[in-house]
Amino acid sequence: MGVTKRPGFLLYGVLTAILAASVFPLYFSFVVASKDNSVLGDATPPLLPGGNLVANITRVFDTVDFWLAMQNSLIVSTTVALSNVVLGSLAGFAFARLRFRGRDALFLIVVGTSMVPTQLGVIPLYMLMSDLDWYGTLQAVIVPALIGSFAVFWMRQACEETVPHELIEAARVDGCSVLRTFWHVAFPAVRPQAAVMGMFTFMTAWNDFFWPLIVLDPNDSPTVQVALSALASGYYTDYSLMLAGASLAVLPVIGLFVLLSRQIVGGIMQGALKG
Amino acid sequence: MTVLRNHTEAAVPAASVVPPEPPKRTWRDALGRWDGKYTPYLIIAPFFLIFGVFGLYPLLFTAWVSLHDWELIDGDQGFVGLANYTQLLSDSHFWNALFNTLSLFVLSTVPQLLAALGLAAMLDRGLRAKAFWRAGVLLPNIISVAAVALVFAQLYGRDFGMVNYVLGLVGIDPVDWRAETWASHLAISSMVMWRWTGYNALLYLAAMQSVPKDMYESAMLDGASRWRMFWAITVPSIRPTILFTVVTSTIFGLQLFAEPQLFDPGGTALGTGGADRQFQTLVMYLYEKGFRLFDAGYSAAIAWMLFLLVLVVALVNFRLARRIASKG
Repeated sequence: MGVTKRPGFLLYGVLTAILAASVFPLYFSFVVASKDNSVLGDATPPLLPGGNLVANITRVFDTVDFWLAMQNSLIVSTTVALSNVVLGSLAGFAFARLRFRGRDALFLIVVGTSMVPTQLGVIPLYMLMSDLDWYGTLQAVIVPALIGSFAVFWMRQACEETVPHELIEAARVDGCSVLRTFWHVAFPAVRPQAAVMGMFTFMTAWNDFFWPLIVLDPNDSPTVQVALSALASGYYTDYSLMLAGASLAVLPVIGLFVLLSRQIVGGIMQGALKG
Repeated sequence: MTVLRNHTEAAVPAASVVPPEPPKRTWRDALGRWDGKYTPYLIIAPFFLIFGVFGLYPLLFTAWVSLHDWELIDGDQGFVGLANYTQLLSDSHFWNALFNTLSLFVLSTVPQLLAALGLAAMLDRGLRAKAFWRAGVLLPNIISVAAVALVFAQLYGRDFGMVNYVLGLVGIDPVDWRAETWASHLAISSMVMWRWTGYNALLYLAAMQSVPKDMYESAMLDGASRWRMFWAITVPSIRPTILFTVVTSTIFGLQLFAEPQLFDPGGTALGTGGADRQFQTLVMYLYEKGFRLFDAGYSAAIAWMLFLLVLVVALVNFRLARRIASKG
């Protein structure tokens, strides 16, 4: 409500409190990760970091194969992000700038699929993966995520905003094929939005939990999130171990977020308006 | 940018300068027409292929599996009709999971969306360092649910948890967050709220910013209070976004899994959601039956029931939210 008077001290106070609540669990996770587990039995919970961070991280690597998990997560997330960038840009370009029969109806279907609770199909999906002999392999996690409705939606939006109709028409009149038109005219224009979408997809893939937990072998081919749940299911609860793992797992994503928060916020808000 | 250059070169000499070419490149034209007509379908095909094979087909095939005695490893043991469903209806664990799912859904979604509305209204007040506040409220949403669940498991520890410590400071006895139904539901809902309130607030904020300012100006001239304007102008104006968030929160809220699954660190391997299944949701029960006990047919019946539930509740909520948002 921009027309009313400027916000006062109180509003900033409330927002600061909310922000503190947003950050506190992350900070606390880091604090616990840097403590000796026995300290956590003290009457007062710790609020300042201790000196055991390295020791706890070492224990994480001793307990589960966290290197392998990191490596797997990196492979999965990078492949999924790149593939969504390429396939999403192509499809988004087609929906935004090409004319073909049934275009609008097909796009509505794309939007509608985002509402379908496909998670509930896990039983047959698992059987499909065993039939393909993909249980415990990374492609079982990668292939179903190669292209999602989010990427198509996002890139269609980007093409609508940044690729002028005339440029496409001109290229087509000159006899440029559809794919060449995409590659030389449309894609250069939407590259920034494609990059943000790619990062977003990377984070989503990095954070995915349910399906990797089912189809990957926690001892043999975990992703970071699956390894975290393995840390948590030990014989007794070792919080400094668990949260050292959690801190490691969120680090790459926080790094990306710090770099790209402005674009990610912008993307979410734009999507909201037109969605 | 070769295309651009070609284009400008071709555009400058008009038809009057260059003599019209004889139409001899017919097969190329045909190829070009084919390209223009079919390539669009080719480049949108991957989406439909992936969604069809790994999304839609498994979901539909779930219904078929649910009509069979089906072992996850050994496969189909024969058609049983609706036996899995009749068994489900008399399964107290199923009803318990259904209750937990609905309870957790209501406890986490209703306060969350209301809080998101309030937060969005605050963010919409011409703040300094806008980008900072917006990024700050979104931060929880990008943290993996597994990591979040582990932190909250510690915060809600019975003996040494931070929440009980703070409650102790104001003289409240420690709560056994995992043992009690309501306490565990509150704790798990707070996790969901923590992760999703800021995200929904940004969606609302985007919608609020496109509300025409003159609507507020004329209301102010009439002496309307800020509170009154919020409910009479802002909320009805952002109705489509509210409906959208209600429906998506319903669809995802009813499929809650990771937060309760990881809330009880010692019990995660069992997936029963506490010793007495106090916080086992339907997806957790589906997971337990399907992937711990390998009863795929029964698990598929749970999935299909949940699918119907999602449909019904999403529809009901859509209607409800439409009615509420149009008032005021």
